[in-house]
Amino acid sequence: MFLKKIALAGSMVVFAVSAGSACEIDARVSIVGNEFAAIQAVGAAAQECTGAPVETNLTSEHQTINVAGLSGNPSEYTTAVIANSSIVALMNEDVIRPLNDLVAKHGDGLQQGQLIKIGDDIMAVAFMANAQHLMYRKDVLEKAGVKIPTTYEEMLEVAKAIREQGIMQNPVGGAYAAGWNLAQEFNNMFLGYGGTHFKPGTAEPNINTEAGVKALNMMKALSEYMNPDFLTHDSNATNAEYRAGNVAILNMWGSRASQQTTTEGVLEEVINGHAIAPPLTVGGGTTPASTLWWDGWTVGKNISDEEAEATFVAMKHGIRPDMLNDETSPLAVWLIEGYEPTDAAQGVFAAAQMGTTAYPMLPYMGLLHSALGNELADFMQGKESAEKALTGVEAAYRAAAIEKGFLQ
Amino acid sequence: MRHKTFFWFFLPTGLAMLLFIALPIVSVLIQSIFAPHPAVLVEVENCTPLVGCTTETTIDQEATAALRAKQPLGRFVGLDIYFDRGHVAIQEVGKIWTNFEGWGPFFSELGDLPFYRAMAFTLTFVAVVTPLTIVLGLMIALAINSLHRHLKGLMIFFSLLPMIVTPLIGSLILFWMVDSRGVIGSALVALAGDPNFSLKASTGLMWVALMVYGVWHAAPFAFVVFYAGLQTLPADQLEAAQIDGATRWQQVKYVIVPHLMPLVTFVALIQLMDNFKVFEPIVGFNAAAHAQSLSSFIYNDLGGETRQLSSASATSVITIIGVAILLSPVLVRTWRDFKGSR
Repeated sequence: MFLKKIALAGSMVVFAVSAGSACEIDARVSIVGNEFAAIQAVGAAAQECTGAPVETNLTSEHQTINVAGLSGNPSEYTTAVIANSSIVALMNEDVIRPLNDLVAKHGDGLQQGQLIKIGDDIMAVAFMANAQHLMYRKDVLEKAGVKIPTTYEEMLEVAKAIREQGIMQNPVGGAYAAGWNLAQEFNNMFLGYGGTHFKPGTAEPNINTEAGVKALNMMKALSEYMNPDFLTHDSNATNAEYRAGNVAILNMWGSRASQQTTTEGVLEEVINGHAIAPPLTVGGGTTPASTLWWDGWTVGKNISDEEAEATFVAMKHGIRPDMLNDETSPLAVWLIEGYEPTDAAQGVFAAAQMGTTAYPMLPYMGLLHSALGNELADFMQGKESAEKALTGVEAAYRAAAIEKGFLQ
Repeated sequence: MRHKTFFWFFLPTGLAMLLFIALPIVSVLIQSIFAPHPAVLVEVENCTPLVGCTTETTIDQEATAALRAKQPLGRFVGLDIYFDRGHVAIQEVGKIWTNFEGWGPFFSELGDLPFYRAMAFTLTFVAVVTPLTIVLGLMIALAINSLHRHLKGLMIFFSLLPMIVTPLIGSLILFWMVDSRGVIGSALVALAGDPNFSLKASTGLMWVALMVYGVWHAAPFAFVVFYAGLQTLPADQLEAAQIDGATRWQQVKYVIVPHLMPLVTFVALIQLMDNFKVFEPIVGFNAAAHAQSLSSFIYNDLGGETRQLSSASATSVITIIGVAILLSPVLVRTWRDFKGSR
């Protein structure tokens, strides 16, 4: 993995030199963001800029430090790489600046679709899209004699067939770890059943509904076919199970698709059998039980205009069309001009075409997500009813929303 | 010591304590009785890739900034946050109490409230781990003290290992061992004869695992303290006991333990405090579904996408109060001893 990163960075330096693409900046740039491969590549490309230091701090703990790191004046970081969920926290705290003037000055080459507009303000530049969709082992499904599922109801049948034929005891994988992951799986299923998280135009929760109960019951039914430790399996652990050949079918992030077969130590049968498919629908609905995401970068508010300009130039250099090559293209579904979708990208594209709902970009969604993550575990363990769990979520959310001033 | 001498002697420590202990506590107290201003929300058109433009709600930054400038601390809420559902949950408990239908349902309803569920785990953890740590530490100290001197150094090193290992790493190692595909996990599956048997899926077993970790991690600390204490044990007392025909057990009970008693109090104090703030194993074991503590609440409040500073501050203050209550019997006793010895 380490060697690969070096090779990747090396190849990009060579590429930059040979392409002769110049990036001159005259003020410091400091990047904070998540650590997956696609963002690593953007960070490395931004670091090609010369004239002033470009520092990166890419860590899975980015969201616990980005608000604080952008709050000082001048702030530690000049840019945060965020997704549609985490930009909300930065906007709530008013630590990122509108980019309209910088886009007008340096924005040539950016596509309209990349600009994240909140009202009249451009608040971020997106560079990749993400969604959870189906991944499965075609060899196992063939052996069991079942079709590729398109709905969660079919997924249950597939799982039943695989278990009954003794091919795998727990064929279904899922990132159901109590906390953020479990809440996200609920969001998927809830939207798939046609639910909406809030009463329109208010911060009042709206999840203790028929759609909410159905979503929980479907999750419970799926968990019967999962490793009994499922409440401790986050997406990393779930992927490890898949790569070890213990799981045949799962709903997983598109950004992980290309690494399912290239990570060290993956079983041969998994490499040969791995396949991806569009996200599943549920309950006869047409909207997939998934959410659409984008990742992009912002520019901090509490920095000098020179630093802001340098940051914009360097980050734009990080996502310029030239940075796409054989190494970087498969890493993500890029929103960059000239990107040719690879095989690993078809799941996310299918999700977009099927009209998957975007993850709600609301100031209070983070609080509901946390409440879901904390309160659903009891239901999944069969200790309480779905209605009671959802009442608990709404009560926990309400307490938090009153504290933060979203509800009175 | 004369009062004036004591004053100058204590001044640097006192200043440091004021700066690094008292002031942060005051700051946390203030944060816990203020909350952010009501958010001014506006509807705007959001445009995002692949989805297009939709009407969404967002915060009106200018209006909010004006509110903040007027009252930088936020709005005063008094003890509201302490009493809300995420903390002591006065209203909810009142409701459960008025619908009282026997103790069983009462406790099960109470267990649905995060604070009381966390307390149930934390207090059990404290009550089980603290005495076990002391007993195990004493046993290791006695065993090592009776070893040949060539072996002692080596054994002390190995006994200290659990404390040297970073807590999170230590708990992760145990976590992997109890995984249903780990060493202990698969052994348990074989013992139970049930392929679906999982320690991590059972709340009771997860509690046991957390407590085993707690004892494993803290026993070396108790051991070191007791071992040092054993070195100060006067040899003539032990010899006298031996001449009187005391068995080894009687020597421990009537000579060694009374000699170590002040150290037992010390270890108990430290362990009560540490165990009440149990945190690392909950994170390391991914045990959030089965066990929570006040410290893990603070972690969740600050680690979410929307940080809840007021809630975290209130939990911190409750933690301080909880530690004070837990320590009060020991402190009162120490105070009495101090008075008595004068």
